[in-house]
Amino acid sequence: MSKMKGSEAIIKCLQEEGVDLLFGYPGGAVIELYDELCKSSIRHILVRHEQGAVHAADGFARATGKVGVAILTSGPGATNGVTAIATAYCDSIPLVVLTGQVPRALIGNDAFQEVDIVGITRPCTKHNYLVYDPEELVPTLREAFFLAASGRPGPVLVDLPKDVIGSMLTYPAKKPVKMQTYQPNVNPHPGQVDTACRACLKAKRPVLYVGGGVILSGANEELTHLARRLNIPVTMTLMGLGGFPGTDPLSLGMLGMHGSYAANMSVAKSDLLIAVGSRFDDRVTGRLDAFAPQAKIIHIDIDPSSISKNVGVDIPIVADCKLALAAMNGWFDKSDEYKPAEVVEQHQPWIDQVKEWNDKHPLAYMEDGEVIKPQYVIETLHKLTGGDAIITTEVGQNQMWAAQFYKFNHPRRLLTSGGLGTMGYGLPAAIGAQMAFPEATVIDVAGDGSIQMNIQELATARECGAPVKIAILNNNYLGMVRQWQELFYNRHYASTVMEVTPDFVALAKAYGAVGLRASTKAEVEPVIKEALATKNVVIMDFSISREEGVFPMVPAGKATTEMLLV
Amino acid sequence: MKHTLTVLLRNRPGALSRVTGLFSGRCFNIESLCVAETYDPQVSCLTLVTKGEPAIIEQITKQLHKLIDVIKVNDVSEGEFVEREMALIRVKAEASTRAEVLRIIDIFRGKVVDVSPTTYALEITGSESKIKAVIDILKPLGIKEIVRTGKIAMVRAPKK
Repeated sequence: MSKMKGSEAIIKCLQEEGVDLLFGYPGGAVIELYDELCKSSIRHILVRHEQGAVHAADGFARATGKVGVAILTSGPGATNGVTAIATAYCDSIPLVVLTGQVPRALIGNDAFQEVDIVGITRPCTKHNYLVYDPEELVPTLREAFFLAASGRPGPVLVDLPKDVIGSMLTYPAKKPVKMQTYQPNVNPHPGQVDTACRACLKAKRPVLYVGGGVILSGANEELTHLARRLNIPVTMTLMGLGGFPGTDPLSLGMLGMHGSYAANMSVAKSDLLIAVGSRFDDRVTGRLDAFAPQAKIIHIDIDPSSISKNVGVDIPIVADCKLALAAMNGWFDKSDEYKPAEVVEQHQPWIDQVKEWNDKHPLAYMEDGEVIKPQYVIETLHKLTGGDAIITTEVGQNQMWAAQFYKFNHPRRLLTSGGLGTMGYGLPAAIGAQMAFPEATVIDVAGDGSIQMNIQELATARECGAPVKIAILNNNYLGMVRQWQELFYNRHYASTVMEVTPDFVALAKAYGAVGLRASTKAEVEPVIKEALATKNVVIMDFSISREEGVFPMVPAGKATTEMLLV
Repeated sequence: MKHTLTVLLRNRPGALSRVTGLFSGRCFNIESLCVAETYDPQVSCLTLVTKGEPAIIEQITKQLHKLIDVIKVNDVSEGEFVEREMALIRVKAEASTRAEVLRIIDIFRGKVVDVSPTTYALEITGSESKIKAVIDILKPLGIKEIVRTGKIAMVRAPKK
């Protein structure tokens, strides 16, 4: 068999895996790989910081459902990527991250730009590899893609010593990856499905509690069908938003720390909680013993370790969410016990109760003349984009307002760092999503604090022609921490006041982008309209009411029914 | 609530640190750990003693399963099993006590594996309680050094 160079084999393998776009930053250890990359048809987006490369690949992956790919060089290149790898790990996002490594002979020698990235990323990757034998290079890459995308997805890192990239090897023929030690169970157990469906028919006060697993497995249609046919209200985690239409009358919006009153009350009073692709995170459950205390719990999840981790589960179904929900729908299609009209009627008093809660305390905010309310900005973004933009967020108040007030009707429209809560995620993720969907409207909802964490990626957006829009909800504060300080630390605003904030309009211009500012409510709509009509990167700087808070709010450690309201 | 887990894992570089990293990262407890190649050189067997409530043990087992290098996890303490541990004990053995040390080690069916004018090094194998008994009884004579392997375990074969 003919031999080829490691770098050539990597490119060929990436192409076989369907990669036509990746993100990265070159350096000594990967210089040979870049030499080959620029000769290929794969498009490479040069970022300005390695964290941006991995976030962009992550944004690409969340928006498309495909595996995102990033290339980083050894040492600081690799360590700069760690936060972004951990971000993807916490939200189960499929990535393959290729890092350069010093030549094999120098490993362990404290060589220039050497770091044990496999050791560093072991707890924040689904799996990782150091390729030592050139003949293992291609099989390892194939395994990496397989692992990243299958089962509960996640980032996989492959560390490539410089001399392995440069060595000659035999390119093995493509064959399906089989791993003795990794066979995730995707098919639901029919007996468990049967038990779960019967529980749904018996329940008087059921609630669907839906997480990111529904988005990852593409189960939104099956979920919507199930919820509507059984007349069950649906609440979503931050990661689950868009898994069920946000404007549907059955939608309760988000639950948990900043969830809606109706969502948290419904879960607390429910007699059947159907958790789908969600993991009972502390931001969702609040005080554990007060979470859904009266409910029998069904939990559908592909990861057995998620089941009964925080909350005891009565009916576990370890399976892919889409297949499990399809099996439940199949059971109802065939069952004689299921009388559609009766079930709808049986659940109606509960639906009425939920509606009453919602009418009593809807998501709301106080108007204040011409002062810009951040919630109003999000509502206006929703209105002017027809609710169909791809929204990325930074982390903090901006993220929660976006989650509360932009009603997502489709999956893969909200890209946000849920588990790790990484400030600086939104802008590079928006670039990744925009590169996947050049025609889409992609908006990064940001705060004046978090946008500065990866502001350098403005240059990337300009260079690769990604006309992302950035809406900065500017209050000159690290708003979420300030809100906690206001409520629980005696208004002692320790280090949350941003005394110096750049002139974002001038900053946009400096990068060759467009900068717009709105200081009054009346200016909000014209600014957004102008931004949406501009075929360039735009920063919209909204001076919002400074001490606006995110409500409802469940104080940390409290029961989710103990909400602070507007 | 001690549990003895045996974990079969792929004999790959770093596989062991994935297991130990999991324990430290999630604040699970490790009492002892013993690892070596199995009959199949591609596979290592790790015997691990841990402590915790049933829910914690369940999480430990599930999290171990989730590691890509792990082939099989077995909580052997759920059923009948045999466990063994070996200890090497260097004990003072001066003229007045040399015979006494030999008598004790004979009772426990141990062996002398190293001799100096003033010490014996003893090898002793058995269950954790037997090792403890030997140590307790040798203590008054003057133990200078102990090296223990940690426990290894095997499920008993079904009797029918």
